Amino acid sequence: MKQLLAALWKEGLLQWNLRSRFFAVAVFGTTSLLLFSFAIGPSAQALRQYSAGFLWLALLLSSTLTLSESFQAETEHRALEGLLLLQASPRALFYGKAIANWLQLALLGMMLVPIMVVLYDAGTADLFRLAGIILLGSAGLSAPGTLYAAMVAQARAQQTLLPLLLFPLVVPVLLASVKATSLLILGDPMGQTGSWIGLLLCFNAIYWSLCGLLFGRVVEDS
Amino acid sequence: MTSPRLSRRLPFFFILAGAALLLCGSYIGLFVAPPERMMGEVQRLMYVHVPTAWNSMLALTFAFIAALAYLAGGAWKWDARMEAGIEVGVVLAFLLCVQGSIWAKPTWGVWWDWDPRLTTTAVLLLAFAGIIALRRFVDDPGRRATWSAVATIIAFADVPIVYFSVKWWNSLHQLQSTPQTVSSAFHLPLRMNAFGILFLMIGWIMLRSRIAEARLESELAPPPTASRFRDGAHAQLGGSR
Repeated sequence: MKQLLAALWKEGLLQWNLRSRFFAVAVFGTTSLLLFSFAIGPSAQALRQYSAGFLWLALLLSSTLTLSESFQAETEHRALEGLLLLQASPRALFYGKAIANWLQLALLGMMLVPIMVVLYDAGTADLFRLAGIILLGSAGLSAPGTLYAAMVAQARAQQTLLPLLLFPLVVPVLLASVKATSLLILGDPMGQTGSWIGLLLCFNAIYWSLCGLLFGRVVEDS
Repeated sequence: MTSPRLSRRLPFFFILAGAALLLCGSYIGLFVAPPERMMGEVQRLMYVHVPTAWNSMLALTFAFIAALAYLAGGAWKWDARMEAGIEVGVVLAFLLCVQGSIWAKPTWGVWWDWDPRLTTTAVLLLAFAGIIALRRFVDDPGRRATWSAVATIIAFADVPIVYFSVKWWNSLHQLQSTPQTVSSAFHLPLRMNAFGILFLMIGWIMLRSRIAEARLESELAPPPTASRFRDGAHAQLGGSR
């Protein structure tokens, strides 16, 4: 627990120093939201109908930028090796990094919501539930994303590899998040949102434990 | 104990037996078995489509087991087997998607439908193709083996979640075809093709893992003299990390 808190503190400091990068990613997400609307056309009804999909696609695309650079500081100065030599627990390092990535993605998702409301006229009164779905969806992206980011940070063609590995894996997260958000915006007469939230919880439970378990093996060979 | 000569030839026996069974099964399926009442001649695609589906899953399950075995013991031979299982599984999954599309057009009126099984296969194909790409971009054999084993476990764990998520989202696929769910007139070609593709798959995996082992030998062996090269490489491959 102490090691996890120390890892979280380290991540907090890192993120604060790299805050300009976060804003650059937020601008990228906003640009993506704007571009998606050109693909559909100016029909307000169609834009509102697909708004949830656009929001999550923008977040997914932005996540590759955030995740692919999340191990940059550790690999550039072989800091990860140093931390492991200091007997830092790989599991604490993983959860520290994954939680930092999760919070960053969730914040980005919440920043994109008002832009979605303005561009697509797709608002909802249930903001707490929307925040919950964004938290769950971004948690689903960040656990496997952090594990893959640790691998590809030391491989060639990392910018290509991360989406190649991550996108097929997070299909259930994307599906469940889009459906749950869409039901929240367009109405849920059949009460289906709960099942999609259940699927997100299930994915997160599996991948947060599995990735934490396997991270030690990944960094052992770094 | 099998002799080295026999074990060298074993994959070719499997491939020959598989090809012969597949040819006979396809001949019976195309020309002897009756057409299905509702779907007519299109149904004959089932004789290769269903066995390809079973065997692609088997190959990827084999890769998953090899990944677990590599992480548990660190023996290089499991890395070679995992590589072979992934590549053969990806080829079969690709063929499965192509066959599914050919089936879908006359049956459902579209080349592609977001059906759980079709979509799960496509996702699986892309996930494992990503692992093949990962292997190509990592030069160090130790890292490559561990990372691809981890990625294989992660991707394989996703299969049931993708299947159920797409099933909730949309479902069109007919009931799964097995000898129990189809007429007895269709059993023989279905079984012959299933074993034919199984034998072909085993032969391909054996040959592919042999190539992967040869590459590992050259990567792990120290460069100097020729005699030390071969002895040293074999000793390392036989053992574990």
